[in-house]
Amino acid sequence: MAQSTAVKKAWKTLIWLGVIFAVLIGTIAGGVLFSTATWTPKLALDLEGGTQIILTPKLESGQEVSAEQLDQAVSIIRQRVDASGVSEAEVTTQGARNVVVSIPGQPDDATLNRIESSAKLDFRAVLLAGVATPSASTSPSASPDPSLSTVPTATPTNGSDLAYVTPALQAQFDSFDCASEAAEDAGQAPADQPLVTCDDNGVKYLLGPVEIEGADIADASAGVATTQQGASTGQWVVDISFNDAGTQKFADVTTRLFGLQGVQNQFAIVLDGKVITAPTTGGAFTDGKAQISGSFTQDSAQTLADQLKFGALPIGFTTQSSEAISATLGSTQLLSGLIAGAIGLILVVIYSLLQYRLLGTVTIASLVVAAALTYLLVTLMSWRIDFRLSLAGVAGLIVAIGITADSFIVYFERIRDELRDGRALNSSVQAGWKRAIRTITASDAVNFLAAAVLYVLAVGNVRGFAFTLGLTTIVDIVVVMLFTHPLMTLLAELPFFRDGHKLSGLDPRALGAVYRGRAQFRAPSASVTAAKKGSSSREAVKRQTIAERKAAELSASGTGSTRTTDEGKNS
Amino acid sequence: MASFSQFGNDLYSGKRSIDFVGRRRIWYIISAVLVLVALIGPWLRGGYEFGIEFRGGSEFTVSQVSTMDQTLATNAVNEAAPGVNPRVSTLGGDSVRVQTDELDKTQTSTVQDALATAYGVPADDVTTSFIGATWGQDITTQAIRGLVIFLVLVAVFMALYFRTWKMAAAALIALLHDLVITAGVYGLTGLEITPAAVIGFLTILGYSLYDTVVVFDKIRENTAGMTERGTQTFPEMVNLAINQTLVRSINTSIVAALPVASILIIGSFVLGASTLRDISLALLIGIIVGTYSTIFVAAPLYVQFRQNEAKMRKHDARVEADRERAAKTAVASA
Repeated sequence: MAQSTAVKKAWKTLIWLGVIFAVLIGTIAGGVLFSTATWTPKLALDLEGGTQIILTPKLESGQEVSAEQLDQAVSIIRQRVDASGVSEAEVTTQGARNVVVSIPGQPDDATLNRIESSAKLDFRAVLLAGVATPSASTSPSASPDPSLSTVPTATPTNGSDLAYVTPALQAQFDSFDCASEAAEDAGQAPADQPLVTCDDNGVKYLLGPVEIEGADIADASAGVATTQQGASTGQWVVDISFNDAGTQKFADVTTRLFGLQGVQNQFAIVLDGKVITAPTTGGAFTDGKAQISGSFTQDSAQTLADQLKFGALPIGFTTQSSEAISATLGSTQLLSGLIAGAIGLILVVIYSLLQYRLLGTVTIASLVVAAALTYLLVTLMSWRIDFRLSLAGVAGLIVAIGITADSFIVYFERIRDELRDGRALNSSVQAGWKRAIRTITASDAVNFLAAAVLYVLAVGNVRGFAFTLGLTTIVDIVVVMLFTHPLMTLLAELPFFRDGHKLSGLDPRALGAVYRGRAQFRAPSASVTAAKKGSSSREAVKRQTIAERKAAELSASGTGSTRTTDEGKNS
Repeated sequence: MASFSQFGNDLYSGKRSIDFVGRRRIWYIISAVLVLVALIGPWLRGGYEFGIEFRGGSEFTVSQVSTMDQTLATNAVNEAAPGVNPRVSTLGGDSVRVQTDELDKTQTSTVQDALATAYGVPADDVTTSFIGATWGQDITTQAIRGLVIFLVLVAVFMALYFRTWKMAAAALIALLHDLVITAGVYGLTGLEITPAAVIGFLTILGYSLYDTVVVFDKIRENTAGMTERGTQTFPEMVNLAINQTLVRSINTSIVAALPVASILIIGSFVLGASTLRDISLALLIGIIVGTYSTIFVAAPLYVQFRQNEAKMRKHDARVEADRERAAKTAVASA
């Protein structure tokens, strides 16, 4: 029997919905127990407040930061903040030289580091390198002997020229201790001067002047290396591509370094005065693309790629202050919004019941399920990608009530249309569903498209909005497919609905169909005048199957007046 | 509500039918007037008012305060310099931060003194500076790029799904109509355009397209394989589809508008949450205009775009001829 299959399927679908809920609740519960998840969604800056960090540019003495550089810095810092999720941080300038970053809640160390630590990135050729040996014989004073010459004996011809290494610099390099205080403050040498610094492994370097600036890097990404045949080697690498200026410079540098021996074959990538990596040059790269390989793990490759990509900031910053900041809107706004939203929802419930009688309870139950699902997803995303609800986000969720309820309304109206055409309820539910789901998926696809495009392309608040829209669209589809439809299928079997009780909202008599016997209705077009024939067949014309269309044509031509072609098999 | 469902029955069967398509000239004139008002009105009023998130502004930090009461600052600023939209937050344990629209030198020192008096601190403890836009040009640029790409994709999607680019064109014109009118509401009422308002604006964009796709899907269904059937002209079929989905349109817009209206009336007027007012007014107007434009602009436009196609003309002519013949037969048999 057709119904029993439909009923079985309905129960199965409902079980799947239960599974989805169980998984979501289980994941969050696990997160609460073993990680940093919470049972409530996190709120955005406007509702909860957060941390305000004021950054001051760290410049080589005598240089002024330009307004243009500051704007560029704001843009880059915003990208870095957004890279950690969709928390809707605010980044702006203060006065002529500070950058203010406001982050909701208490930012974690990873986020803070991303904002504060990475700053100025550039490429320098390696002149000398060595493992730091803090021998006891070295005097604790880091200041080099002033009697040593600081002037090169010959004018250096290129960035690898050892003529840069003056006796004073040599002495500074020799006595340089990577673990000392001085090493922490290193990295402030002017771009056209050599630099003495270390990497995180305690290797110290004497580097030539800046050859390529971070701004010349167009993109960087982590990936797994492939052989020439395209097979994966399983080795993590970082791919870099340069812009036009960078391509030219990188070609010059690698051509020169490739011909040199020892450490001079290496170039160092320096971030905020520290060497993050110093790869050897395996050839002359003239096409603006390079690959750094080494003993990377997936994490370290990704970190380096991020540093290269987001580190392209022409100026460095130090944190001037970091303070807690209160909500800009205050809790009263949220509370007012929630109270008003609740009253609005009660009105929706009343309206649904008036319009659809007891069928309205299906709308209400579906909205409750949708709300629960949205709440769980928002909570989960708060934990996983730091999604935060702002007041605008709450407003968006309230508008989503309309779009979600519309799916049920479209569905109910289709079922009613089928009833009007004289079908029995259970077959009306299935036939109405087939058409309704098409409309629902098409319209939701448009919304989801909007959400996906804006999420990928936009930044800041717009990205947060796109996330909310995408989330509610998915919830809408899930609820109507996994809850509303199975529920309707099951309810259609109940005598109360099946026989079209007056209060069921599905009374065929009230819907204009004519009762002919159990579960069979004669279309109201049976006895019509010639003038009215147009309207009755017009109604029949909307049938989609060929059988129905033929029946309609018969009806219109007057040879047959009842349409029982496909009702029989369902009753 | 039995009468409403009777109304639905009549609309469905075509017994009662509102001539949306035929009277399109009236709707076009109404829409044109609305769009004109929305375009010219704000300009006459003196342009749009962007919030400090877009333009930047002045910032005051009151340090060493003994009370963290934020209303003190709001009242002090509103008295010293009315209409500068102060936003107050507390910083750390003993500072209050006030951001306002950009002030000139005299205003700045007036506000500075007012804040110092309000919190009972020396004027030196109130520092001032200019702040840049948090919603910078880069956010706008990226948002606009995203929107343009989305609109191109959605046009392609609709053209493929409905198998005619004319539906996509009609839907996008209706969308533009909605956005212009919603934006006009901000300009006409002088509401400040904040990032939250922009989000509201984008919400309307989504709602308007969604509503149009739902109704267009019914039109697609009614007109699919139309050449095989013989009793209705193309405009009549489209009109019937609008009528058949009219109950849905009314129900959906009421359900969508109820919570928003509740936020507008209860949230902002009764409970006094001003930010909610800024978003919900635009949302409410957007929902109403979005529903209106689907029925009164998008669908009639679609008919207008298509009815002069040779295929449609042929079909409509045949239907008319059939009808005349049927009328003659009826007369003859009578």
